[in-house]
Amino acid sequence: MATPAARGLALPGFKMLAATPPMRTAPPPAVAVLPLNQHTGAPAIPCIHVGERVLLGQCVARAAEGVSASVHAPVAGKVTAIEDRPAPHVGGAPTLSIVIDNDGSDECANALIEPGTALQLAPEVLRERIQAAGIVGLGGAVFPTGIKLTRGPRQRIEELLINAAECEPYISCDEAALRERAADLVRGVAVVLHALTAERCTIALEADKTRAIAALQQALAAAADARIGIRIVPPIYPSGAERQLITLLYGREVPADGVPTDIGIVCQNVGTVLAIADLDTNGLPLIERIVTVTGHGVRQPANVVVRLGTRIGDLIEFCGGYTADAARLIMGGSMMGIALPHDDLPVVKATNCLLVASDQDLRPRSPEMPCIRCGECATVCPAGLLPQQLHWAARERDLDGLTRLGLEDCIECGCCDYVCPSQIPLATRFRSAKGMLCERSETRERAERAGHRYDVRAQRLEAAAAAREQRLKEKRRSARRPADADPDPGPDR
Amino acid sequence: MIELLPAIGVATLLAAAAGLLLGFAASRLVPREDALVDRINALLPQTQCGQCRYPGCRPYAEAIARGVADTNQCPPGGEETARSLAELLGREPKAVDPLYGAADKPRAIAWIDEEICIGCTLCIEACPVDAIAGAPKFMHTIIANECTGCELCLPPCPVDCIEMRAVTDTGVSRRPRSRLAA
Repeated sequence: MATPAARGLALPGFKMLAATPPMRTAPPPAVAVLPLNQHTGAPAIPCIHVGERVLLGQCVARAAEGVSASVHAPVAGKVTAIEDRPAPHVGGAPTLSIVIDNDGSDECANALIEPGTALQLAPEVLRERIQAAGIVGLGGAVFPTGIKLTRGPRQRIEELLINAAECEPYISCDEAALRERAADLVRGVAVVLHALTAERCTIALEADKTRAIAALQQALAAAADARIGIRIVPPIYPSGAERQLITLLYGREVPADGVPTDIGIVCQNVGTVLAIADLDTNGLPLIERIVTVTGHGVRQPANVVVRLGTRIGDLIEFCGGYTADAARLIMGGSMMGIALPHDDLPVVKATNCLLVASDQDLRPRSPEMPCIRCGECATVCPAGLLPQQLHWAARERDLDGLTRLGLEDCIECGCCDYVCPSQIPLATRFRSAKGMLCERSETRERAERAGHRYDVRAQRLEAAAAAREQRLKEKRRSARRPADADPDPGPDR
Repeated sequence: MIELLPAIGVATLLAAAAGLLLGFAASRLVPREDALVDRINALLPQTQCGQCRYPGCRPYAEAIARGVADTNQCPPGGEETARSLAELLGREPKAVDPLYGAADKPRAIAWIDEEICIGCTLCIEACPVDAIAGAPKFMHTIIANECTGCELCLPPCPVDCIEMRAVTDTGVSRRPRSRLAA
């Protein structure tokens, strides 16, 4: 089968804004705010009390059952509150957070694993430690890595795919990491391969990241690990989407209702592998990450190593503060990021980029015009959907039609939006249409349960009525029987 | 005249054959009424509120299947249910009859003021889906996940301690299933 051509857009890049200067390290925050739902799945459960002193790297909230991840203290100090705080996520609802006052000592908790011994651990122990370290997919999806790696061995994992195709126009945290920490990445790959008991690894990155490619090649030559190879992909947005990247590289599609492990591939982000390498180096859990602070609205764009829980406003301040024409604060990239209402929010595990957009960065948006059925959207859709048809179905609230047209496969990349000559906010529509679908399936589920409960209750009542009837009958019979049995009426009669 | 006889004969034969076939189909291939009731019932919201004047969703579905009830008697299902019922039965779609109640109200579930509740169990008996937990002389409470918002527990309560509260958010984050890993 021929590899399908990558569908998507060649977007103007603004990566050099933050990618040009060297990586910096932000000072630890004076107060760290740690939301407990920084990952996909159930929120973590606090395992410390207010007033308790915690050490750097100590687990402060344990992963809940099922899909979940632990949260660790990024600073040493006293826990001052466990309360609802605003958090940077879709919807922006306040979430339960742990607040820690930094005492500046950076006193470390016990290492999760003996430094440098990851490769000597049994794979299942290593996977369990990775899960305990609260490591999640740092590309933005924040799915618990330990679970992703554990799912594998039941199926056969042939290949580890390191996704370094960072296609969002502004984000460069993975590129910066590759340039400066390529050797660590190669070491991390060895650890992940060990955890997966897989034999092959491909690192995929885009052709235009020449410095990162050079650094990586050098590190690979130094490590002389024959299991690891590099694949170059065209710099087309959104080739970094997991499913799209796999189709592009292997010519195979991940089933719509499945995951990459179903076809023997585990996909990991560069930052995630580096976090695993750090776990091996110093035994520390996930307490910091690289954030791209960029856009024309910030004075000194850069990639910054930040402790989790740092206030976003402080991080922007560290990068020189806002320029006069800063217009909007976006977490994530310009295509898929979410707008933040203000900067008094903590950096979380999902914060790969903070884009401070100026008017220069924002596309002027004219009012929405009717669809002219030009079909441009269908030619760019990387998921191979028909956005135009979806648009009609969404307008008609035709939920069955939406399902039939494959709305569930929409990755909300926004390519259709970008090319639409009528400026229809398609991706936004699709997102709310997904909400409608979700709501309908919830309603149906509820109805099914209620129907079942009603039927069970009806059966129970019927059985109770029948039992009562039976009892009454028996009582009547036993009341009659003594009279029948006694032929001689009493003297009173 | 004589030349018409074969034609008449053939027509009679055809009519007889068709009649036999139809008769056989009518007696042997009747659609199971249960199946139709199940399909109608699946479209109903299972609120079990009785606003349709039937004691629950299934009885209403049975009445529709018998042709006794109309398709527009379910306020909690709203216009969408009325439309899909009409579609299923091949009838003319009708708007929900306000006689039975206001359609498409926002979802609400019952809430018991536990300070006032005297533990009389009357609401527990009224609840069609066993969504109230409690025992005699003990406080009762609504199992929020199972409450359908039918309001049947309101009238029996002797101390009026139950009220309907709107469900503002289902609490499910609408995260896209897959996201860019860039």
